[in-house]
Amino acid sequence: MSSLPNTIIELTVQNHPGVMSHITGLFSRRGFNLEGILCGQIGDGSKSRMYLLVEKDHRVDQIMKQLKKLYDILDVSLREDYDHTLFNRLEEIIKN
Amino acid sequence: MKYTGAEILIELLERHGIKTIAGIPGGANLPIYHALSKSKIRHILTRHEQGAGFIAQGMARTTGKAAVCFATSGPGATNLLTAIADAKLDSIPVIAITGQVPLKLIGTDAFQEVDTYGMTLPITKHNFLIRDAEELFTVIPEAFRIAEEGRPGPVVIDIPKDIQKQQITFDKWPDLKRENKRQQIDKARIEEIAKLINESKRPLLYIGGGITSSGSHEMIYDLANKNSIPLTSTLMGLGCFPPDDPLFLGMLGMHGARYTNKILNEADLLLAFGVRFDDRATGKVEKFCPDARIIHIDIDHSEIDKIKKADLSLIGDINAALKSLLPLINSNKRWNWISTIEKIKQSDPFIIPEDKDPLNPLNIIKEIGRIADSDTIITTDVGQHQMWTAQIYPFRSPRTLLTSGGLGTMGFGMPAAIGAALAHPDRRIICISGDGSFLMNIQELATLSELNLNVTVLILDNGHLGLVRQQQEFFYEKNYMASKFDSNPDFKAIAQGFHIKSYDLGKEDDPADILSRSISEPGPCIVTIPIDHTENVTPMVPPGAGNHEMIGGEKNE
Repeated sequence: MSSLPNTIIELTVQNHPGVMSHITGLFSRRGFNLEGILCGQIGDGSKSRMYLLVEKDHRVDQIMKQLKKLYDILDVSLREDYDHTLFNRLEEIIKN
Repeated sequence: MKYTGAEILIELLERHGIKTIAGIPGGANLPIYHALSKSKIRHILTRHEQGAGFIAQGMARTTGKAAVCFATSGPGATNLLTAIADAKLDSIPVIAITGQVPLKLIGTDAFQEVDTYGMTLPITKHNFLIRDAEELFTVIPEAFRIAEEGRPGPVVIDIPKDIQKQQITFDKWPDLKRENKRQQIDKARIEEIAKLINESKRPLLYIGGGITSSGSHEMIYDLANKNSIPLTSTLMGLGCFPPDDPLFLGMLGMHGARYTNKILNEADLLLAFGVRFDDRATGKVEKFCPDARIIHIDIDHSEIDKIKKADLSLIGDINAALKSLLPLINSNKRWNWISTIEKIKQSDPFIIPEDKDPLNPLNIIKEIGRIADSDTIITTDVGQHQMWTAQIYPFRSPRTLLTSGGLGTMGFGMPAAIGAALAHPDRRIICISGDGSFLMNIQELATLSELNLNVTVLILDNGHLGLVRQQQEFFYEKNYMASKFDSNPDFKAIAQGFHIKSYDLGKEDDPADILSRSISEPGPCIVTIPIDHTENVTPMVPPGAGNHEMIGGEKNE
């Protein structure tokens, strides 16, 4: 596990096949680390909300800018107010 | 109205002003070709899909408008990938439309099935997989908008065969009028920028592809002249500034002139306009313009602070920014700065070989620059010939140099020249190539021959992968591993086999006369020019070094 503190990026995206590929593809192509993903549809199902757990380093700004360029991403925001230990608890669930 | 998906596609392409499409048919895009046969659009049948991709690029790079290419599924799509990635790295508006196996067969490893959508994800500005013919009404106009708007780039549309055949009934065609989004330029920021420029002592303009694609060359000229700001250009920005203007410093970076790279170290303010701080331009970033504050203007917000932190930045159309900036700039002769520039130019000039050797590559390219019409379009392949061209050819207007800058794709030059000639049948296109690059898409000689376009290919033939050989000489103990070709074909005989006129300058009594004829007589022509394989591109900034730490190209060399 990374020793760097983490932070959460909140995304609102079009809910259609391929969106997840665009996002994870961006992370792998640009060599950004992605520590965790949470995703679920919102409203009438035409949109999804995603939470990305990322390392809180100097690259966060560049990650946000690159995410904003993706066609199917409607909104990007950095949520430092969120409790990212939520992802730790998920890890416990997965272990069980 | 009742139309198939393929017919809707072709009709929408026509309505977007597409007149020429390069491509190759195959099993999974036959319905599209069936519809194309009834259209006014001219189809250029290439011999390899990569050729089609670069022909589209040649059209797009010279016109600034999106161009289209077609390929079938599987190998058709994979063959296009290099041309698409190339368009991505140089921000070229290309729309690649690929056939795909029927929707129901996707994921079954059907014949000629590949995940075109997945494979083109990281090399496109955006890509689409169509799942219903109805989507074409929104996706096709969106593809043109995405490809051309903001920072241009390639778009892939993957269309399964059953969608191409799907019949749908509809009332009217979509309205294709695009909203002209007038971007608000931050006036306060422009005033700050103007203040920094007016107060600077040693400003320097560093321009790139953004000036070309936004058509801002005239305003850049006005800005530079009003305030006496010397200007250096990236490979992608060549042609945006008059080459004989005293303020012009040529290309910077790995193969920039010694004085150009030295002047970078003197500047106190760097105006980075429409550039992305590419490593070939900056050298070691920490050593790039160490004493300069940086103003960065770019249309792509992710370029700001990506490589080098800017002191002041503006995100937006450089054209609109310059329009508001120009009136705020003081007239200034900058005698001190200009005299410093002149001194460095004299102490560290770009070394041009003695005129008596007509087969020296720099002399040849200089001679072509002298005798070619001013509206001539130059395409290059990738390697030494490309850098020599960038160093010495006098590009007088934007979009007259088509070169694979970001991806550095050998094999780009000839098909791009075909595309340029299709878009500009009245102009001469000269592809400056090397023997290594030319062989990479040589099959398109067949396409060139049947189109009978005014394309001259000049092959600077040194029997080597010259830039590789050069790096081995400089940095790998002269261990010339795999950079020499054990044999090279007779290019003249090959050209004749394709029914194209050809010369070998090494065997002609009057090479200057043949060179001149080869670029003035109508129709295609292939010219082999044997050059000395020990010729290097100098100066050269070693990988990992700062721009001022270049080797070679000294005055007394």
